Amino acid sequence: MAAPSNPRPWRSLVVLFVLLVGLAAWAFWPGHSLTPKLGLDLSGGTQVILTPQPITAGQPITDVQIQQAQEIIRKRVNGLGVTEAEISIVGSNIMVSVPGVTSDRLVELVGRTALLDFRAVQDELPPQPAAPQPTPTPSPSATAPSPTQTPIPTASATKSASASLNLADTASPSPSPSPTTSPTTSPTPAPSPSPSPTVKPVLEIVQSPNNDAAYQEKVLALDCTNPETAAGGSPDDPTLWLGTCLQGGGLKYNLQPAFIRGTNVASASAQPPQNGVGGWSVNLTFDSEGAKALTEASQKLVALPECQVGTPGPCNAFAIVLDGVVVSSPRFNQAIIGGNASITGDFTKQSAEDLANVLNYGALPVKLEISEVTSVSPTLGADQLRGGIIAGIIGLVLVMLYLLLYYRALGLVAGASLILAGGMTYTAFVGMGNSTGLALTLAAIAGAIVSIGITADSFIVYFERIRDEIRDGKSLRQATDAGWSRARRTLLAADFVSLLAAIVLFFLAIGGVQGFAFALGLTTVIDVIVAFLFTRPLVVLFGRTSWMQRGSVLTGLDPRRLGGHSLVMSTTKGRKSVAATKAQASAEKNVDANEEGEL
Amino acid sequence: MGLGSLGRRLYSGEASINFVGRRKMWYLISAAILLVAIAALLIRGLNLGIEFRGGAEFRLPSPTCSVEQARSTASAAAGGEAIVTQTGAGDIRVQVPPIDTKTSTEVVKALSAECGVPAGDIQTQLVGPSWGGEITKKALVALVVFLLLVAIFLAIYFEWRMALAALVALIHDIVITVGIYALTGLEVTPATVIGFLTILGYSLYDTVVVFDKVKENTRGITGQSVMTYSEAANLAVNQTLVRSINTSIVALLPVVAIIVVGAGLLGAGTLLDLAVALLVGMLAGAYSSLTIATVLLAQLKESQPEMKALAQRVRGRRAAGRTKEGEEGVALPDSGGRVQPKKQVRSKRPKRG
Repeated sequence: MAAPSNPRPWRSLVVLFVLLVGLAAWAFWPGHSLTPKLGLDLSGGTQVILTPQPITAGQPITDVQIQQAQEIIRKRVNGLGVTEAEISIVGSNIMVSVPGVTSDRLVELVGRTALLDFRAVQDELPPQPAAPQPTPTPSPSATAPSPTQTPIPTASATKSASASLNLADTASPSPSPSPTTSPTTSPTPAPSPSPSPTVKPVLEIVQSPNNDAAYQEKVLALDCTNPETAAGGSPDDPTLWLGTCLQGGGLKYNLQPAFIRGTNVASASAQPPQNGVGGWSVNLTFDSEGAKALTEASQKLVALPECQVGTPGPCNAFAIVLDGVVVSSPRFNQAIIGGNASITGDFTKQSAEDLANVLNYGALPVKLEISEVTSVSPTLGADQLRGGIIAGIIGLVLVMLYLLLYYRALGLVAGASLILAGGMTYTAFVGMGNSTGLALTLAAIAGAIVSIGITADSFIVYFERIRDEIRDGKSLRQATDAGWSRARRTLLAADFVSLLAAIVLFFLAIGGVQGFAFALGLTTVIDVIVAFLFTRPLVVLFGRTSWMQRGSVLTGLDPRRLGGHSLVMSTTKGRKSVAATKAQASAEKNVDANEEGEL
Repeated sequence: MGLGSLGRRLYSGEASINFVGRRKMWYLISAAILLVAIAALLIRGLNLGIEFRGGAEFRLPSPTCSVEQARSTASAAAGGEAIVTQTGAGDIRVQVPPIDTKTSTEVVKALSAECGVPAGDIQTQLVGPSWGGEITKKALVALVVFLLLVAIFLAIYFEWRMALAALVALIHDIVITVGIYALTGLEVTPATVIGFLTILGYSLYDTVVVFDKVKENTRGITGQSVMTYSEAANLAVNQTLVRSINTSIVALLPVVAIIVVGAGLLGAGTLLDLAVALLVGMLAGAYSSLTIATVLLAQLKESQPEMKALAQRVRGRRAAGRTKEGEEGVALPDSGGRVQPKKQVRSKRPKRG
């Protein structure tokens, strides 16, 4: 409790200086942005909040599923070529924020289940770009508009009878025979739930209305060796030719326009081995349109030779394409009449279920419901920012004027402290934006503006304590010390409550509340730093000047007005020499009266 | 400045506002306000924003169409009744019942054509009803956790009676603020919820400052017989009164700035929603930390045996000195500060026993 008998204001100021230099260096490190990162509501952009729903009602949604969904959405958004998209998990929701643009396409894209289509394989190619392979030239259908017919004799029809369509895994040099494990073991294993400031290289799928030379050249130039880029995410136009990769890389395809859309799949399910023989399979049911298309396509394809990498097609395989990449490319064992088919092959339970899920819902492990879409035009965002800044400046100026009027010289100290606190808050926001990607939102600005009052209150509490001590007859020097030791305790207790509120809100609440809580917590900490390392030492230094000690009206600590005694006298003679004011004397008389009464 | 000399008089006890003694009055005032607030809440309910109801909102900056045109256009495109309002800044705000993203695009197109606003400038917000509910749920969980933690902290730093009094004052403030929203029909948005949450922090902060003074003034109070706990607490409130007034003014200035700028430049939006909640809550907070919190604390403390004994002693001593004082008891005399002991210089303190 004892006031520091020998306050060392200069030391505090040096500590503060070091702290400020450190803060500034951290925030404004060369190459960093000099302004805070702005949230969507200030910079303009689109924010979509998606709430995962279980595919079968009543099932709980696991964190893993949410993370998978996040990854898949990240791929899709990156596939749009949008920079600085942020896909984060908020509570049990997924929040997609795309600054700068307001895009309907984004909303459509992230919310829907993935785009799925079935395409006949024209060529299977090695994954390397523009390889010195002989493939391109002899393509029989260089300019043919409908290249699918190629009536090759029905020689290599089938070898198995069992199921209708059989995952024969296309003699591939590619990884495992069940490429469909991909949705779960997506190549980017959720590094962090937060921003991907730099977009990963995206697979540039090639599309063209015709299988012409220019298109083929581009297909050949495709690089399918990088598993990251071949993760998918760019939805393809099903009516066009498509040059793309096997999901996860390893194989390249030239695919014909889709013969069945994903919407034609009525249902898909994983089937355990029949009679304990063979592996798992995936059963597919198509709607009538799909069934018809399947019959046609299977009749055509089954007649073609088996696909060989590097051998020009067309050949007997079709590709299941999800969001622009091939997840599986089975071949037909026989023509399929009726809408039921099954894909057999070297499936495990897991991979069969994954493929069935892809076929049912796209790659998302959960259904996504769009909970909120907010789009703010950049102009409106700029208006909001300007409004916030204007309100902040007006608030700050008003508060400083009031403090100056009321506390005079001390008000100057308070004003300087407020400006310092404001500067530190700004710097901290710049630093947070640079290092953690935390964005300044309107709610955070509101929090910062509100905190002007709370910060100023710290000074008010201190100054009022000093005045109280002077009223008690202490010298200015004693008053600044004793006042501080009392005010300090109050400040710490009160600020602790604010900080507690901020921390609890930050970790438990969601949405705008979080940004607000962050601003509140940050400004509270800054308040404590400023009060301890700036305001207090400055008041001590002020108190040492002879001008302050003379106690002019302008100091704000005029003992005559406060009801204390002359500061000059007290500093020389101490408190015994109190020349009590009339008010004090009269107040004392009251007490004396009481005390006499007791006798 | 008048406050400076008022501060002196309040500090010395020369001038004193009897907060603690007018217990019944404060309770009555608060009860009346709370009753109105709760009644309004029950009868009128809160005007929840689309974030809580679900729906879509479109904001059109500088439109060329009338409100009526916008209403019919939006209603037709959205297939539901549209609520259209003009904001202070001249923007038009259109709210429609929940629609899907496709319909939303159509509404934007229709409004864009009708009102001459480029589609890209139209701010849209589409909310499923579950999202606002989740925000609220999370905020409520945060609120409960915060209240528990803060109660523990206050109980340790002060004592449980102060914690209880502070929390009652806090709930008092929140109910009043929410009640005012019900009464005025102001829209409750997530930003408003943020405002409510801030009031938590602010109201407690304010109370902590007052209680800290009470704690200081009542240290070792049972060792004397000059003033009762209530009187000491009242002195503390008076001594921090100037600070409370100053703090309230200083805290409200930025909030008022937000309201003026928000209403004048921006129209309805996050800032304005938040600031209105803050304005009401801060006024309630300043009132309650001076009255309800301290009054309740004094009442709780006075029921302690040692405080009762103290009050007895003080009464006895006063009765001996002044016959007129009579049965005033624990409550402070109505005359204000005349008999209120001032905080004395140590050398002047009574030494006789």
